[in-house]
Amino acid sequence: MVAAQPVSTLASSTDKATEAIAGNARSVKVAARGVNLWYGDMQALFDVNIDIAANEVTSFIGASGCGKSTFLRCFNRMNDTIPICRIKGDIRLDGNDINDKSIDVVQLRARVGMVFQKPNPFPKTIYDNVAYGPRIHGLAGNKSELDEIVENSLKGAGLWEEVRDRLGQPGNGLSGGQQQRLCIARAIAVSPEVILMDEPCSALDPIATARIEELIDELREDFTIVIVTHNMQQAGRVSQRTAFFHLGKLIEFGPTEKLFTNPNQSMTQDYITGRFG
Amino acid sequence: MISSDLTPASTPSGGGWATSKESVARLRRRRAADTRLWATGIGAVAIALGLLVTLLGSIIAASSTAWTQTSIRLDVTIPADAVDPENPFRARYSSIVDQSIYNLFPDIDTPEEQRVTRSMVSSGAQFLVRDRVVADPELIGQTFSIWVPAADPIDQLHKGVIDRDLPPNRRSVNDSQINTYDRLVADDRLRSAFNWTLFTAADSRFPELAGLKGALWGSFYLLLVTFLISFPTGIAAAIYLEEFAPKNRFTDVIEVNINNLAAVPSIIFGLLGLAVFIQIFGLPRSVPLVGGMVLSLMTLPTIIIATRSALKQVPPSIRDAALGIGASPVQTVTHHVIPLALPGILTGTIIGLAQALGETAPLLLIGMNAFITAAPDGMMSPSTALPTQIFIWFDSPERGFVARTSAAIIVLLGFLVVMNATAIFLRQRLQIKW
Repeated sequence: MVAAQPVSTLASSTDKATEAIAGNARSVKVAARGVNLWYGDMQALFDVNIDIAANEVTSFIGASGCGKSTFLRCFNRMNDTIPICRIKGDIRLDGNDINDKSIDVVQLRARVGMVFQKPNPFPKTIYDNVAYGPRIHGLAGNKSELDEIVENSLKGAGLWEEVRDRLGQPGNGLSGGQQQRLCIARAIAVSPEVILMDEPCSALDPIATARIEELIDELREDFTIVIVTHNMQQAGRVSQRTAFFHLGKLIEFGPTEKLFTNPNQSMTQDYITGRFG
Repeated sequence: MISSDLTPASTPSGGGWATSKESVARLRRRRAADTRLWATGIGAVAIALGLLVTLLGSIIAASSTAWTQTSIRLDVTIPADAVDPENPFRARYSSIVDQSIYNLFPDIDTPEEQRVTRSMVSSGAQFLVRDRVVADPELIGQTFSIWVPAADPIDQLHKGVIDRDLPPNRRSVNDSQINTYDRLVADDRLRSAFNWTLFTAADSRFPELAGLKGALWGSFYLLLVTFLISFPTGIAAAIYLEEFAPKNRFTDVIEVNINNLAAVPSIIFGLLGLAVFIQIFGLPRSVPLVGGMVLSLMTLPTIIIATRSALKQVPPSIRDAALGIGASPVQTVTHHVIPLALPGILTGTIIGLAQALGETAPLLLIGMNAFITAAPDGMMSPSTALPTQIFIWFDSPERGFVARTSAAIIVLLGFLVVMNATAIFLRQRLQIKW
């Protein structure tokens, strides 16, 4: 997918961001420029610029409280639910300002799905969990279309074979890893373009984690994925690009391999070698 | 694996457990403290249970004589010329009943003694005879047998509440009444049966004719009005305040005031109902509509607080999940939050209504303690309620009302138990686990 507006024409574009994408033919899915965010009087993000490439996995790493989850939640405006949260800056999805007054946040979230830290299936059946999004967005004309969406989403999340015989059973009855894949199925059921994942494996055991990581790699073909993780090995395994945050600032952003082997910033080096964090 | 190069740690002062004097004393003090706490807890529970048993026991014992009613069998003759078959409703049934009583005692003919025999039978007997004739006009000109309630003193005498061995000036039945009573017993004209009147009749001046029908219907209409007003209002207010209202000074003030409202003494609400609903709005006194409006004011904060706490207990992750998928805030609340909070909301509502059912003071102020002998036929017809009926009966001097007051209390407690049990059942039944 091609950005509707070249990034270079964005007024607030800064050197660091242009550097990050220099010489790269990637198409930009989400572009953030000069994002500042406050919780009340406390500033949580300082002038963050980033370009998220389409059909890539971008991971955000950094110590706890560095603002990476907060920044992720800017992309689908989940921070709107926090009354004291204030955002300045420009975030564009395919060139359209997502904070524009004309954008309905409901439509935005249909295009930018989210998977949370703790698996949070609705206390409903497996089928209803996946069907909920298509239902409220009117994506299925009839029952058989809905069945198809549910099946394809569960297949997409690698869960179909395990649950095909018990779609009518509660989603909470699944194991933690299955629940998280159910949440992924629920997110992809509305055919989003971007999927945000906020530490999706932090509540899972290593085997379930490996399963989700494989899945993320598969999903990359159809979706743009942004993942927040505390686990640097995970960032290294699943992402093509990594952004390192520290105290609300984007310190370094680049190809994952380069960032982990030869970072430009000494602070990045210190973090990935475990000197702090 | 056991490493062979390790030796057991040397134990100071033999045994390894601390055995110094101080530590033994400390241990004893701790155990004593544990025992004291345990004993205090058990003692408190025992006292509470004891009080409950005493309360229930005394009420049940006091009510025991109210559940049966003594009846007298009369052979009533309806003279053909006394009742007009076209209009059987209007006739002098009281003299017909009196005559049938005199017939039982042909030897008693002085007016003074006849007055005594007449007083054996409830003054309501004539209405039973009338209803029987109205239902079956064929009876005109015939004689039939009918059970009519005994008057209260005879009822109490029969149940042993009045001790016949007391000197005549210390009991409320005189010797000639006791004589007549004995003749009725010997004649097998007395029986004791379940007191259906307690549920099928409205209030009356005569205990043997008084029942709770009016109060039960009154309480039903009261709760209906209370529910219709406070349930939708309370839930809507709670959902707005909890889910949508901005958190600012103004909503803080509202929140504090709602919590304060729950602590306002109920009689104040009665005064408000009297001043506003009756005096300013001009609504009639003693009607369930006004009572229900007053009780809604009291129930509203209970429902709002219960609903808000139920909404608070819905995990935020469910809201995130719904919002993250693109549900609007309203869809999130109606599709996910409310269904999950519903058990708590319903429980709170039922408990609020149970409180309203037992509330007396505000109803006294708006006149729902009036003496009303017919069950209400709607929310605009004057009536009493269960607690005010208890209040009225408690205030009545007749012996029969003493036991009936306790019986009415048991009926009220019964309804409260049923309502609370329903709340528990709903909570268990609708609970969604996650």
